[in-house]
Amino acid sequence: MSKLERLIMKSGDAQQPFNYAVGMHGSKFFNALKDKKILGIKCPKCSKVYVPPRRVCGPCYEEMNKFVEVGPQGVIGTFTILRYAFIDPGTGERKPVPYGYGFVRLDGADTLFQHYIDISKESSLKIGARVEAVFADQLKGMITDIKHFRTID
Amino acid sequence: MGKKRVAIVGTGQTHHKSHRPDVNGQELINEAVQRALEDADLTIHDIEAVIIGNMDHFEGINYVDCWSVDGSGGTMKPIIKLTTGGTTGSTLAIGGYHMVASGMFKKVLVIGWEKNSESDTTGAITTAFDAVWDRQVYAGAISGLAAEAKSYMDQYGATNKDAARVVVRDRKHACNNPYAQLRKEVTIEEVLNSPMLSDPVHLLDICPRTDGACAVIMACEDVAEKITDRLDWIWAAANRHTYTYLGDATYGHLDSLTRASQEVYTKTGITEPRKQIDVIELYQPYSFAGIMWIESLGLAELGKGAEYIWSGATDMGGELPINPSGGVIGCNPIGATGLIRCAEIALQVTGKADARQVPDVNLAISTGFGGCFWSDIILHGKNKPDY
Repeated sequence: MSKLERLIMKSGDAQQPFNYAVGMHGSKFFNALKDKKILGIKCPKCSKVYVPPRRVCGPCYEEMNKFVEVGPQGVIGTFTILRYAFIDPGTGERKPVPYGYGFVRLDGADTLFQHYIDISKESSLKIGARVEAVFADQLKGMITDIKHFRTID
Repeated sequence: MGKKRVAIVGTGQTHHKSHRPDVNGQELINEAVQRALEDADLTIHDIEAVIIGNMDHFEGINYVDCWSVDGSGGTMKPIIKLTTGGTTGSTLAIGGYHMVASGMFKKVLVIGWEKNSESDTTGAITTAFDAVWDRQVYAGAISGLAAEAKSYMDQYGATNKDAARVVVRDRKHACNNPYAQLRKEVTIEEVLNSPMLSDPVHLLDICPRTDGACAVIMACEDVAEKITDRLDWIWAAANRHTYTYLGDATYGHLDSLTRASQEVYTKTGITEPRKQIDVIELYQPYSFAGIMWIESLGLAELGKGAEYIWSGATDMGGELPINPSGGVIGCNPIGATGLIRCAEIALQVTGKADARQVPDVNLAISTGFGGCFWSDIILHGKNKPDY
């Protein structure tokens, strides 16, 4: 080996698993999702409805307790179609490009909810287009219980 | 206890490249530090404290404040690490400004760096976002920026061609900058014909990934004028960060930059930034930002950013040149990028910018941008601020 050969050392297939706390509000969301219900939460002061639900309204700095059901329909707030391949740090696998990446304003919500968006009818994808959640066959109380959103004719 | 005025007395940066396998982190940092010390004609013994930062997840090693001391010169000195995502470099500059302005440190060394070649940039950026809610569909910086551009285009009718004009400007400017990574001009057609990464963002619309470091030395007014007579005075700085989940952001308006720039303008009495500012180094990681964010800075009315770009006003020789260095489109070592904007403006204000010099710079702006639409802004001046 010449003296300049090893300029790079690979880290190998090291893995570092994590256990992420979802919190009380997130847990309630995921349990409701098993019944195909999408929950938001309303600020008692500014009345803004947040999805996903969280404990505190940041701008008002008020604790929120009032869960409200939102969706499962809504409109596309903005979106893109991912066309370049990259590694998903959560799985180590390549992302399934191309895929639709949508920010959906669910009916009754004020914030956007990001999820996959079906691109099989690409020409129907527009900001303001109405969409609906398509649920997975098996509901496990995970974000993947929603397969994706698709445009409604 | 009065606030001290603060000036930049020296800057240094590496020749930024896509890969620097010939140096490790502390060696890369050292190159920038040595150049900054040389520029200020100081030694490391003159430095009282070090403030350093990057985004740990790109290299997968934490605590650069500790392991880099051989390179940074921080051995047995007070060191603070700051990291705020894409804004890291500009936050470092603002942190250094605060440290010196406090009167507690007379000379502070500010260092930003990154070795983006050491990991998958998009995968690593994704780990900055919420594991439960945001990571599943998120695809790094490009996806969020693409969604922003899409929203802006829908509201104001901007086109891909408008964005490409920004790339043509920055790539042309980068040819004048020996430190830039991408030093080759491109045409509008080349931008439009480059591969689509994430609609509407093409490959040539977006910044590259880079290995690089930048160092800036700040000094308080009591000592700055003794070090050099070529001073870049910091007039004001502001930052606004907002983010819980990606869906909470406003797509199409950079509210954080609007608010931060308003604070700086109000503090310093700037009422017509287009006329009063002489040059801007905008943290502009992709082309569309060059249209949208100049509106947030108050340089053009909402929806009129593209018109201002096409007028040539932001080209070298124009009314208000933007990114004489080639900007972030020319190189992007992420933890250094915001500090490079600050250093480049220091060069402009002190007349050291060589081939990329804008004549007669009196007031200038550098900015930082990060993650979920955060903004930092610094107003620099040739004269000592009189407040």
